[in-house]
Amino acid sequence: MKAKVHVTLKKGVLDPQGKAIGNALHSLGFGNVGEVRQGKVIEIELAETDRSKAEAAVRTMCEKLLANTVIEDYAVELVG
Amino acid sequence: MSPRNEPAVTAELAAEHGLSDEEYALMLRLVGRAPTFTELGIFSVMWSEHCSYKSSKVWLKTLPTTGPRVICGPGENAGVVDIGDGLAAVFKMESHNHPSFIEPYQGAATGVGGILRDVFTMGARPVANMNALRFGAPDHPKTKHLVSGVVAGIGGYGNCVGVPTVGGETNFHPAYNGNILVNAMTVGIARADRIFYSAAAGIGNPVVYVGSKTGRDGIHGATMASAEFSEDAEEKRPTVQVGDPFTEKLLIEACMELMATDAIVAIQDMGAAGLTSSSVEMAGKGGLGIELELDRVPQRETGMTPYEIMLSESQERMLMILKPGREAEARAIFEKWELDFAVIGRLTDSGRLVLKMHGETYCDIEIAPLVEASPVYERPWEPTPARAELEPALGALPARPVAELLKTLVACPDLASKRWIWEQYDGQVGADTIYRSGQADAGVVRVHGTNKALAITTDCTPRYCVADPVRGGAQAVAEAWRNLTATGALPLAVTDNMNFGNPQKPRIMGQFVGAIQGMAEACRALDFPVVSGNVSLYNETEGQAILPTPAIGGLGLLDDGAGAVPLAFQAAGHAVLLLGATDGHLGQSLYLREILGREDGPPPPVDLAVERRNGDLVRGLIRDGLVAACHDVSDGGLLVALAEMAMAARMGAELPGLAGADAGQLFGEDQGRYVIACPADAAAEIARRAGEAGVPCSSLGTTGGTALTGFGHGAISVDELRRANEGWLPALMAGELAPVV
Amino acid sequence: MKAAVIVFPGSNCDRDLSVALERATGTPPKMVWHRETELPPVDLIAVPGGFSYGDYLRSGAMAAQSPVMRTVVEHAAKGVRVLGVCNGFQVLTEARLLPGALMRNAGLKFVSRPVGLRVENVESDFTRGYEAGQRIHIPVAHHDGNYFADEATLDRLEGEGRVAFRYVDEDGEPTADGNINGSARNIAGILNESRTVLGLMPHPERAVEPLHGGTDGQPFFRSLVEALS
Repeated sequence: MKAKVHVTLKKGVLDPQGKAIGNALHSLGFGNVGEVRQGKVIEIELAETDRSKAEAAVRTMCEKLLANTVIEDYAVELVG
Repeated sequence: MSPRNEPAVTAELAAEHGLSDEEYALMLRLVGRAPTFTELGIFSVMWSEHCSYKSSKVWLKTLPTTGPRVICGPGENAGVVDIGDGLAAVFKMESHNHPSFIEPYQGAATGVGGILRDVFTMGARPVANMNALRFGAPDHPKTKHLVSGVVAGIGGYGNCVGVPTVGGETNFHPAYNGNILVNAMTVGIARADRIFYSAAAGIGNPVVYVGSKTGRDGIHGATMASAEFSEDAEEKRPTVQVGDPFTEKLLIEACMELMATDAIVAIQDMGAAGLTSSSVEMAGKGGLGIELELDRVPQRETGMTPYEIMLSESQERMLMILKPGREAEARAIFEKWELDFAVIGRLTDSGRLVLKMHGETYCDIEIAPLVEASPVYERPWEPTPARAELEPALGALPARPVAELLKTLVACPDLASKRWIWEQYDGQVGADTIYRSGQADAGVVRVHGTNKALAITTDCTPRYCVADPVRGGAQAVAEAWRNLTATGALPLAVTDNMNFGNPQKPRIMGQFVGAIQGMAEACRALDFPVVSGNVSLYNETEGQAILPTPAIGGLGLLDDGAGAVPLAFQAAGHAVLLLGATDGHLGQSLYLREILGREDGPPPPVDLAVERRNGDLVRGLIRDGLVAACHDVSDGGLLVALAEMAMAARMGAELPGLAGADAGQLFGEDQGRYVIACPADAAAEIARRAGEAGVPCSSLGTTGGTALTGFGHGAISVDELRRANEGWLPALMAGELAPVV
Repeated sequence: MKAAVIVFPGSNCDRDLSVALERATGTPPKMVWHRETELPPVDLIAVPGGFSYGDYLRSGAMAAQSPVMRTVVEHAAKGVRVLGVCNGFQVLTEARLLPGALMRNAGLKFVSRPVGLRVENVESDFTRGYEAGQRIHIPVAHHDGNYFADEATLDRLEGEGRVAFRYVDEDGEPTADGNINGSARNIAGILNESRTVLGLMPHPERAVEPLHGGTDGQPFFRSLVEALS
């Protein structure tokens, strides 16, 4: 099974990279662009067939390492 | 021999690999049978311009490469010079031009990674990085993107590996619109009796692969670096390698640890043409054969073919020959640093390169001809016609106020502060940096654990080189020598990075030949031998060549780093003196280009005997503690040099010695000159010693105040100059500069 | 004072910190590899700058999970002084020895230059050698030095006097102009509740001898030696 972890900055935490991307999109003429937030996607191959066990394991990974919960939120998506 | 699953080699396939008809015929003769696809790949990279120096070799041989300090000249991974007390400095400069144009961040980053490996391969711990960058016109649509990517890439790599970037230079010119130049230089320190070389020795000795795994990165990067660009260059993106500075840092530490033992016989990094050039060169230099089991090469991707494994340019990899029985000890070190380690073959007495995979032989060719029979071309060349002298009337000052002229000059692309760039480089990691960019004419780094210091500079004035390659080549060497001298250092040796257009055009080849002639003459006259270097040709897009750019990396030595002098005025009330003669030469000057809008005339003459006499005087004055600040007079001329010393200090000067000076005297770029500032009571002694040495010495005035003043042009505010000088590049990068029409 | 310097793969200021500590104490500190689970008896644990684990994922994140950091956390709980410089500061926040986080610089660029700092707290073993409010210059070199914490945490840090250093402008004021990386309230360094753990982005070890261009880092190391010897 594969897990996809999406890590994004929490709402309210200034995201200078997202802001710069937003500005760049505006200057390219994409006038309809509102707020832009940058995050990262981490793909993990898991030797696990039980979905709930897999999800629990990945959540623990997020809490321990993959996200810094002081500034970041995460979402776990299981694929396959 | 015809391995399964490999395409048959044809003349067309050979041509696609960049081999000429003659080269293909020569290869067929050497192999003596139908070559395999893997063999074709190996020949094509070994005979590429990048690896074989086939167009430049005959001329490079004319450079002086020996001297009492030289431990190892060109031909190894880097040059080595003796710096006394059992220590050696190991250094080289190398280009990563084409990859940086295609993908600026990774191209520049892997350029830094490659030059670092060239240096630590020889047993030296890297202690300083430099870079010489050339970009297109500031208003060209790609320039901003390229500047920001290249700078971030250099910083991203150098900062992470923990080697300070202490200096460099950046120019802008439309001739680089389609071909930027990214030349990176590394200096390392080693024990003089513990230099590691690449010649393999010991039949049966294990061939060991260490570092990162091999992927399909940059296959045919070496041939790409040897071909002219076409407009679809950007489609070549997949062949660009990705750098991993973290692994490089581990590789440095692991290699240093293993090098402290005596387990290594020979070592070479896998740079351009990866496993091919490293294995062929090591075996070739040792006069031996080498047999590799490619199944054992650590691989990052599945299904890689022998062709791909041999031509991959994956980064952060090294090849070593170990003494027999030392594998376990070496493996333990690399595993501690979490790096791959694999014995992939052994040395043989056959003189042949034999490659096997899955029990099948993919390559079995003689090594010596691959290296020695590689084509060498004496390409036809035309000398560059001399430029007509300028009309003398140009020396008169124009109606515009001098303050305005000076402000325009210090804010022009070539003179504007490059702080925006170098503040993105960690200039101090190692805690041995004495002067970094903007503080002195050269970067100055203490040799760790001693009082000695190395001074490092990179120099070239391409607008001089295009007007007169011989004079330009000599000037680049002289300026490097002068910049080292201006810190108080004794210049020791040079690394060169020869960046030119298509050598198959006699006009371009003439530029190359001229530059080499000028460099050779200057290196001889200044006892400044060339110990390493790199050639980058075919820097052309759609037939448009770059300016000839023989970038010179100079290395100097200070016995006491504490005695190095900065360029900023150090205190108010100091005397300001000019050493060297001013004739007011305006040909190819920045004044001419930026104020009068002309790029013509001959570049300033370089009198090497005068250069040497003046420099030796200045170095002696600094050594004897008479000088507080020193700056060479180069781009922009005397008034710009003074402005730079003032801006760095945020302190002005009263300059009655400049009263009545015309444009030639204020902004002319006559060579061999230094401005020094010294305590008032040292001025007489300096004048006396200058008189004895026959060096013209004139008193310009006294430091102090907040403006350059006292020479009949009002008070030119140092703050205003600073704002102009510091403002240009940040404004360009923020997109705030109106396009130049 | 006995000191240990932690070395992660990718640390690159470990030697510089060790040299500065040796200058101050006369004895070289113990260098402790990240896989160690035991620490020698020391008065100070220093976590150096660099790019531990390449700063991949997040600066300091993987180092904070290394075996040696579990031991460092235990020692910190017992009151052993812990110093984190630059990447070390990032590691200490990731290990939750200090509150908040260090995000990408507001200007998005790596920044390497001397910066003006104001010493805000002189009642710790790290800072006693300075005068309250003293303005000093220390080099920074980082990409992720933008200090973030929620308002409540920031108020608490201020209220408890745990802001050790603040970025200031040329006039010595903590203005936006002087804030080189966008840090909340110009914070450059903070202390834990018991003032036994300090993290800061600037590199005091790069300002301890005249050749460095300034010696404003000397009182920092002198404070530690006087307190812990």
